[in-house]
This record gives sequence, C-alpha cells and structure tokens, in this order.
Amino acid sequence: MKRLLSYRLRRAAALFMFALILAAAASCAASKDTSSATINVYNWGQYISDGSDGYIDVNAAFTEATGINVNYMTYESNETLYTKLKTGGSSYDVIIPSDYMIARLIGEGMLAELNFDNIPNYQYVDEQYKNTAFDPENRYSVPYTWGSVGIIYNTKYVKDVTGWEALWNEDYAGKILMFDNPRDAFGIAEFMLGLDINTEDPASLKAAADLLVAQKPLVQSYVMDQIFAKMQREEAWIAPYYAGDYLLMVQENEALAFCFPEEGFNLFIDAMCIPANSENKEAAEAYINFLCSPEISGQNLDYLGYSTPVSAAKEYMSEELTQNEVAYPSEETLERGKIFLTLSTESTQLMDSLWLEVKTTDSSGSYLLWGGIVIVVIAAALVLIMIMRRKKLAKRRAGYKK
Amino acid sequence: MRAFTRAFTVLILIFLYIPMIILGIASLSSGTDVAVFKEFTLNNYGELFRDAVLLPLLLNSVILAVSSSLLATVIGTAAAVGIHRMSGRLRSITMTLTNIPLTNPEIVTGVSLALLFAFVGRAMKTNNVMGFLTLLIAHITFNLPYVILSVLPKLRQMDIHLSEAAMDLGCTPIQAFFKVVMPEIMPGIISGALMSFTMSLDDFVISYFVYGAKYITLPVEIYNYTKRPLQPKIYALFTLLFIVILLVMILMNILQARDIKNRRRIRPPDIISKLRRAGS
Repeated sequence: MKRLLSYRLRRAAALFMFALILAAAASCAASKDTSSATINVYNWGQYISDGSDGYIDVNAAFTEATGINVNYMTYESNETLYTKLKTGGSSYDVIIPSDYMIARLIGEGMLAELNFDNIPNYQYVDEQYKNTAFDPENRYSVPYTWGSVGIIYNTKYVKDVTGWEALWNEDYAGKILMFDNPRDAFGIAEFMLGLDINTEDPASLKAAADLLVAQKPLVQSYVMDQIFAKMQREEAWIAPYYAGDYLLMVQENEALAFCFPEEGFNLFIDAMCIPANSENKEAAEAYINFLCSPEISGQNLDYLGYSTPVSAAKEYMSEELTQNEVAYPSEETLERGKIFLTLSTESTQLMDSLWLEVKTTDSSGSYLLWGGIVIVVIAAALVLIMIMRRKKLAKRRAGYKK
Repeated sequence: MRAFTRAFTVLILIFLYIPMIILGIASLSSGTDVAVFKEFTLNNYGELFRDAVLLPLLLNSVILAVSSSLLATVIGTAAAVGIHRMSGRLRSITMTLTNIPLTNPEIVTGVSLALLFAFVGRAMKTNNVMGFLTLLIAHITFNLPYVILSVLPKLRQMDIHLSEAAMDLGCTPIQAFFKVVMPEIMPGIISGALMSFTMSLDDFVISYFVYGAKYITLPVEIYNYTKRPLQPKIYALFTLLFIVILLVMILMNILQARDIKNRRRIRPPDIISKLRRAGS
C-alpha cells in the first residue's frame, strides 16, 4: 500500500512538474518571439490564402522571402478588432479593418503613419484606391481588397432585378433574406430613399427604419453567413450580399445571378494598417509591401475571390475571375458605388436602437405571447405541485396525530 | 405511468443528443450542406489531420486545459482542505466567495479579467500582456470552484478521526495528509481535475476576452471563421472533440461507481492496518 501511495504521489508530482515546464516553455517561447523578428498579424477569419487546395501559403512565402516570422491571428468583425485594440493588453503589427473602421481608428489616433519608403510596391496600387474618403491624404492605409454589395437572386424564381425595390416585392414574400447588421441594412434602405448612406440626420434614419419595418413581413429571416446555405438550397430566392461570396455560391448553384442595383450600392475597401503601439513597424511595413506586390496579391485573391486593388496582379489570377463582371464591374457601374464612412457615436447609437425596433416590432407580439404562455403554464404547474404537497403533508400529520 | 416516464426519458435524451448526432453525420458526408447527405466519406477527417492551422490550435487548447486543470486541482484541493477545517460562519462566507465565479455570468468574468490584465500590463509598461499566462490564470479562476466542490464532499465523508489517528501513530501533519487523507479523497480530486479539464477545453466566452497576439485557443479561432460557412473538416473536428469529452465523462462515472463500490466493501481492519503502516 505504501509503495502504491508513493507511486501515486510521485506520478502526481511528475505531472505537476510537467505542467510547470510546459507553462514555462510557453512563456519562454512568447518572450523569445518579441526579441527576434516576429510580427503579429490580425486579420479576418479565412481571409488569406493559407496553402489549402494547392494555392499559395502567403504567410509561409513571406517568412521565406524575408526571414520575418508571422504570428497570424483572426477576428470575426470590425467591432471585435476595435474592442481588442481598445482593451489593450496585446499589441498587433498589421491589422486589416474595413473603410469606416479605419476612419474611426484614425480619428481616435490609434493608427501609426506609414513610411511609404518601406512600401515601394504601393506604386502598383490603382489610383482610384488611393486617397480614399476614409483616409483622404493616404497616410495610414494600403488597400488589401475591395468588393461590392449587391443583390443575389435565383433566376428560376425571380426575374428582372434591377434595383433594391426587388427586396420589397410582395411576390417574393417569405423568400427574401436581409442583412443582420444595422449598417448594411440601413444602407440599403437609404439607397431606396435616395438618401446619402452616411447621413446623420435623425429624420432620415427614422425614414429608413420605417422602410425596413415595412419590409419586415416579407422577410424570411435576418442572416449573415447562413445566406450561403439558404440560397444554394433555394430555400430563399433573393438576398443582398457581397460579390466575392456570390462567386463562391454560384459554383454550388448555377441558377444564381448577381445584380448591381441602379440606385447605388455599397463599395467596401479593406485596407492594411499599423496600430500606433506596434513594436515592429518596419517588419510590418515589409509585410504590407509583400502583400501589395502584384504576384502575391494576384495569387492570394485568386484564392479568396474578392477583387484586387492592384491591376497588375490580374496577370497572376485565373482569367475566369478577372473577366468576371461581378468581381470587376465596369467603370460605369463602379461610379454608383458608395463607401461607408464612420458615423458619430450618437448616430451609431440612434441607428442601433432603431434597428432593435425594426427587429422586435410586430412579431414581438407573438414572441411575448408564447413566452407568456410558457411561463404561466410552468408557474401553474409549480403552484399545483406545492398545493398537492401541502395536502399530502397535512394528511400525514393528521395520521400521526391519530 | 412507467411507460410514460420511460418515453419521456428517451425523448429528453433524443433532444439532448440529436444535434451531436447530426454533426457526426454531417462530418461523414461529402457535401458542404448539412441538410443533404451526399455520400459517405472519411475525407473530412483526412483533411483535418493534414490541416496545418487547426491542429496546432488544438494542441494549444489541450496544453492550456491540462496545465490549468492540474494547477487548479492542486490549489483547489488545498483550498478545500482549508475550508473543511473552518468553522461555521467563516466557512459559509468562503464558500459563497468561491462559488461566485461559478454562478457569475461568464461574460462578466471575462470582461473584468481582461480589464484587470490590461491594467496590470499598463502598470508593467508592456502592451503585450495577453497570452498564455493570462489564459492560464483565467482558466484556473473558473476551474477552482469545480475542484473545491468535488473535493469537499469527500472530505466530509471521511472519518474526521483518521488523520488524528495517523498523527497518534507518529505521522507529522503533512505525512498524515499525504498518506491518509489524500488517498481517501482521491476520487474527488480526480473527478475535479477531469471536470475542470473539460470545462477548460471547451471554454469560449472567457478565453475570447483574454486571448492575445501570441496564443489563441481552438474555440475562439473557430468562432472567427463564422463569417463564411464552416468547412466540413470543422464538423469532423467537433465530432472528435465531442467523443473525447464523452470518453472523459464516462471515465469519470466509472471512477465514481468504483469508488462507491469500494466504500461499501471497506472493512475496519483494513483501515487499521493502513494506519499502522502509515505510522511506521
């Protein structure tokens, strides 16, 4: 028994030591990373060619070319990125937010000015993606991809889509999907009303919200990435979404088509920036420079399906993609595209609360009803059980007394 | 009535496990669509094991779960022994305090830990404090109550005179703890460790707030993938994770069942001989 005990103890101690060593090794590895050249890249999930399906592994290629290691992390929305940067406690060297978020970060002094001497490949970036509305003097950002939001529809059920009003067409009631985020949803309503999509006028926002409420009875559901499955399976016929993702969907279901609405549509640019607290600015600039080179940009975006801001990169992409009208619309179409800018805090809050109203009006009645019924039934059952118990107890007590 | 309760149990079990079964089936299908089963294939599993991104992350999660659950077990057992010896009022206060992380909304724990770490990082003049260490501390924090709660009942079941007897027979208090008390409460320690291992392996909310540029766990990374539809190899990964957790839970139940059996069979002479040997 004694031997067994000490064996157990020894084993426990060994395990414990093992854990400590692991922890020490991990923290050592972490501290080593900062001393040698390693950059922390923070990008959207699944937003870089990672070597799958025979495409290029961009990060590995970068390490091979420059000797700088890449520590690659991901986030799922601009807002997550913002919170992570704002909370502090972790420093990133390259981040890839979208247009309106870049404007916000610049406004709050959270980005470092780039040294364009270290980014010679910037010369390949097309003029139209320089000096954009969110970074007018182009001091903080280098574009990574761009794309547009349009209407995806199934040609079997839906005919002649030209503008956003198709999403309000009663013939398609119950087969319409809608964005599940306020900015994109309000943008669509504002295009319909002929308003500026960056308006901060409360009356205009209210009008857009009213339009969204009017659409609500026709909408099957408010979704983001479930759009893929629903459209491919033809559970829904028509939905607004990103052009790059349409190209993935059409591979699964050939009946799908894409339309750039005539009222105008959102054009987004995701661009590479360096946070103000970056500790490896030069290495980060080398990374940005690498991603801007036509060869890398071409191979990377060939995999992603989004559009490249570097025209020279098209040489390295499949012709099928570069000739595609959806990925690279004509200049005439592009003129209708509008970029989201950051809104003031008050306007964002107003939009959020209006959006909450849109999503909870009318059907909320039935939710409340069902929730109420369930609660009442449970409460009634509980009360009944308690009464029965009391009676039983009383009976038993009466029995004892006898 | 009996048939009814049986049917009810079966129904509940179906509701509980049907999502996992569907996930398992989807992981064996060749299409990307969950609703349509195309044909049987193990390709998703093959692709998963060739994946250069997900596997290191899985290793990250496992390292974190193992080290945090071991440390939490050591600290938690010590805490449980201390709490066990406390007197009434103090004990109930301490129990309430240790149980708060258990009942506190995870998001509150996560945000407050993140703020604390950021604050400490600023005080230490580094802006890279988030990483393995912060994740480890956070995971130990939420694992502790589970260990304490599974060790304490074992201490209560134990004959309080055992360690006194051991000391009468010549043990020092520390020897008495390691030779007599610890083997008695071992089942509680093991189930606490297994419980905290599983909690730590699948934690998302708290990790989401305290991960940093250097270290990320699998659940957090997969959440970041949800802007686009999940690849089928992730279904395969989830199925495997579910099976691992299931095995750990079954192991835990077997250990507990064995413990109960042993307890029934315990013979006084056995304890006396154990004490005698421990004292010698």
